[in-house]
Amino acid sequence: MAWEVVIGLEIHAQLATQSKIFSGAATAYGAPPNTQACAVDLGLPGVLPVLNEAAVKMACKFGLAVGATVATRSVFARKNYFYPDLPKGYQISQYEWPIVQTGQLKIEVDGREKIVGITRAHLEEDAGKSLHEDFHGLSGIDLNRAGTPLLEIVSEPDMRSPKEAIAYMKKLHSLVRYLEICDGNMQEGSFRCDANVSIRPLGQQQLGTRTELKNLNSFRFVERALNVEIERQIELLESGGTVKQETRLYDADKNETRSMRAKEEANDYRYFPDPDLLPLIIEPTFLEQIQTELPELPDQKKQRFMQEYGLSLYDASVLTTSRELAHYFEETVQWSESEAKLCANWIMGDLAAFLNKGNLEIEKSPVSAKQLAGLLRRISDNTISGKIAKPLFEAIWNGEGEADALIEKRGLTQVTDNEAIEKIISEILAQNPEQLQEYRSGKEKLFGFFVGQVMKASKGKANPNQVNELLKKQLTQ
Amino acid sequence: MHNKTLTELAQALQQRQCSSVELTHYFLNRIERYNAQLNSFITVTTEVALAQAHAADQRLQSGQADRLTGIPMAHKDIFCTQGIKTSCGSKILDNFIAPYNATVVEKCQATGLVMLGKTNMDEFAMGSSNETSYYGPVKNPWDLQAVPGGSSGGSAAAVAARLTPIATGTDTGGSIRQPAALCGLTGLKPTYSLVSRYGMIAFASSLDQGGPIGLTAQDVALLLNVLAGFDTRDSTSLAHPPEDYQSHLNDSLAGIKIGLPREYFGEGLSSDIGQVLETAIKELEQAGATCHDIHLPNTALAVPAYYIIAPAECSSNLSRFDGVRFGYRCQDPSDIIDLYKRSRGEGFGAEVKRRIMIGTYALSAGYYDAYYLQAQKIRRLISQDFANAFKEVDVILGPTSPTTAFNLGEKTDDPVKMYLSDIYTIPVNLAGLPALSIPVGFIKQRPVGMQLIGNYLREAQLLNIAHQYQQRTAWHKQIPPQFT
Repeated sequence: MAWEVVIGLEIHAQLATQSKIFSGAATAYGAPPNTQACAVDLGLPGVLPVLNEAAVKMACKFGLAVGATVATRSVFARKNYFYPDLPKGYQISQYEWPIVQTGQLKIEVDGREKIVGITRAHLEEDAGKSLHEDFHGLSGIDLNRAGTPLLEIVSEPDMRSPKEAIAYMKKLHSLVRYLEICDGNMQEGSFRCDANVSIRPLGQQQLGTRTELKNLNSFRFVERALNVEIERQIELLESGGTVKQETRLYDADKNETRSMRAKEEANDYRYFPDPDLLPLIIEPTFLEQIQTELPELPDQKKQRFMQEYGLSLYDASVLTTSRELAHYFEETVQWSESEAKLCANWIMGDLAAFLNKGNLEIEKSPVSAKQLAGLLRRISDNTISGKIAKPLFEAIWNGEGEADALIEKRGLTQVTDNEAIEKIISEILAQNPEQLQEYRSGKEKLFGFFVGQVMKASKGKANPNQVNELLKKQLTQ
Repeated sequence: MHNKTLTELAQALQQRQCSSVELTHYFLNRIERYNAQLNSFITVTTEVALAQAHAADQRLQSGQADRLTGIPMAHKDIFCTQGIKTSCGSKILDNFIAPYNATVVEKCQATGLVMLGKTNMDEFAMGSSNETSYYGPVKNPWDLQAVPGGSSGGSAAAVAARLTPIATGTDTGGSIRQPAALCGLTGLKPTYSLVSRYGMIAFASSLDQGGPIGLTAQDVALLLNVLAGFDTRDSTSLAHPPEDYQSHLNDSLAGIKIGLPREYFGEGLSSDIGQVLETAIKELEQAGATCHDIHLPNTALAVPAYYIIAPAECSSNLSRFDGVRFGYRCQDPSDIIDLYKRSRGEGFGAEVKRRIMIGTYALSAGYYDAYYLQAQKIRRLISQDFANAFKEVDVILGPTSPTTAFNLGEKTDDPVKMYLSDIYTIPVNLAGLPALSIPVGFIKQRPVGMQLIGNYLREAQLLNIAHQYQQRTAWHKQIPPQFT
């Protein structure tokens, strides 16, 4: 039987505020346990939450960026449950009235665009962490993370493959970084994903029973977890079983999902409006102000890159995945005064390969846009060939100097003087009378041999176009 | 000394007739002498008091004193006091030393008031008789067989017995006004969130409000001047410009329209209280006020609605007392669930548990709409009743409590009977209005309180009426015979 996969994602994006969502404590990652938890974060008796305006602004930014309705009035609610790292015994979240309602995100899979619906996004506080190691049979509690602002972004069940889910997740990841509302650091848990997945016979309207997958803390894990879970569900249904609605945990080591808790065991969270916080009212002027502060968004930038630079959809998409990469590209074009396509090729080719090998983000590139531009400029003005440029790029990467200095030091200036090239050609032809004979008797494949010899003799400095042209001329004489 | 009002004490201090240290010693001695009979203090902060008194004397000498600098006072043990035990009347916080000051405490300190100690109260402010305290019941200074009312029973008993010139209290469903009434005092519950709730241990956040309990309307006005004010640490705090609550005390009552709600004078009110109130009403009419019959038709729904909303909020507010970070933890828990169950089971008293269970039930899936949402609708109806009434009258007058102080143990076996003793005070909290109780007479040597309810932020008007009444009567000057 053919099965259709249905996936919806819940993404928790940690908002990049300086202080916590309801207290003045700092949010920086990695501080010694409990040094960034104030009385409010500890849930001491008598303390009260005060909403951080920066977090609200960031949620509004996101809402505007996904074309959603930013609610004029939203309400914080208490989600009640007991857990040692949940200091108040409830989490302050938004339930019935979230701040962001009904938006959408455009994704691209295999060159095809698709719209994924965003059901809602709401503000909430993070919990602390339970530490089970180093305490000799006891558990430690670190409340540094307690009260860190999160934006929980809930998608519609619009994705039909793990590939689409990853595309959505990556797009969202790119967007929140564009907006500078989340650092997107998945290792540190700044961008976390839970996935709801079900399958149904192809063509069936009704959704199948879903499971919720937790603990998916990298793009790779999301894809792998979805794949194994889909396989599990298909096997279950095809062998006559049924899928149980439950929460499942992905075990990356074993590459399997296993049941965490059944639906019946789910908590009754007893949500109710938090009486310590008044309803959040967003004034139209506040929203208008934020609208003016929005940066150019990935989709807009992609369109502009295609129009302004004549890039393909693919190139434009890749170069706009992050604001920094797009900026790097535009700087390179500007400084190099070169063809945009040349710049795109180098950035997506050699530079990307080096960055990948070094596991570096574009911001950390040892070759700045200006430096790359210096190199590309010399390709454009025929000082050097693209081939010569490659080892030069590596040298720049290794900090050996700028393109022009290296060209001069290594004597790499391209030979573009016709007479000089003709002289080399004559020498080569003279040195290879047999090959010349064969060529002239019809073995035209040997043309490449002569080109190679000429280039070799010029130590690669002869302009390849000129070599071709002049060689042809001499051979046909 | 102990019969002086705040105004008189302040004058004595300013004119150097006595020092703050002397005054503080004087009241500490009274506490030493009488508190064992009353049990009105959980903690007496002798050292802190004397240090603050010294500092106050320096301010007084250097001419940098505020109006109340150097005057001793007491805080209900629901307000967090840095470095001092803050128990909220519960075993679960018996070992809790607050690491910070409540805004109310901070404000009192800043103006130079001297803290004598922390007063006894019903556990987590849940009670109307001060009998649910882990530290034992408080006795009513007018009759040691009687309850002082609750939950601010310790503050009321301490002020009534003149162990402190004034005290703070909190009022969620009548917890300032009812003990003030039962102890013959003036107690004011301000408009919701006129006084910051930061550092005041929450019972029911949408209803809780701190305020003063004192001997006279003027004293209460003086302390309210200190307590009121916007606080950035409380999101519900009112951005109301500071007022001098003394400034209208001497206004004439001519033209003031007083509403008498039929529902407050009907069945359930003991007839002798009705008679005492009638005399008081006549007094106010002689002072120039006019009285009008009004209706508050949804009054009967207030207690049932309150006993959904308050427990619902408390069930969530009290979740933080879990034995993990502070407060009582059971011995040798076998796992985290055992730790929760036994720490809470052993740490909370019966009334607190009852309300946590009621509230948890009311918020549960499938019951939320039927209970919590319904109760919220009733809450709006009750607010609407008051809003309608205030179109006709300036203030609303009625009894504070349906009876005078009842005997210890009299209602402990019947929670509903106990809950009904707040029938006239609860609607005010549901609507968030200001109200005060003043003494208007005695029945069998037990004080009778009269409640005045004002429109939002009309504290000054309530205090004006109360003060004018007190200028014409002497009920507020009566001292319990055993504590003269």
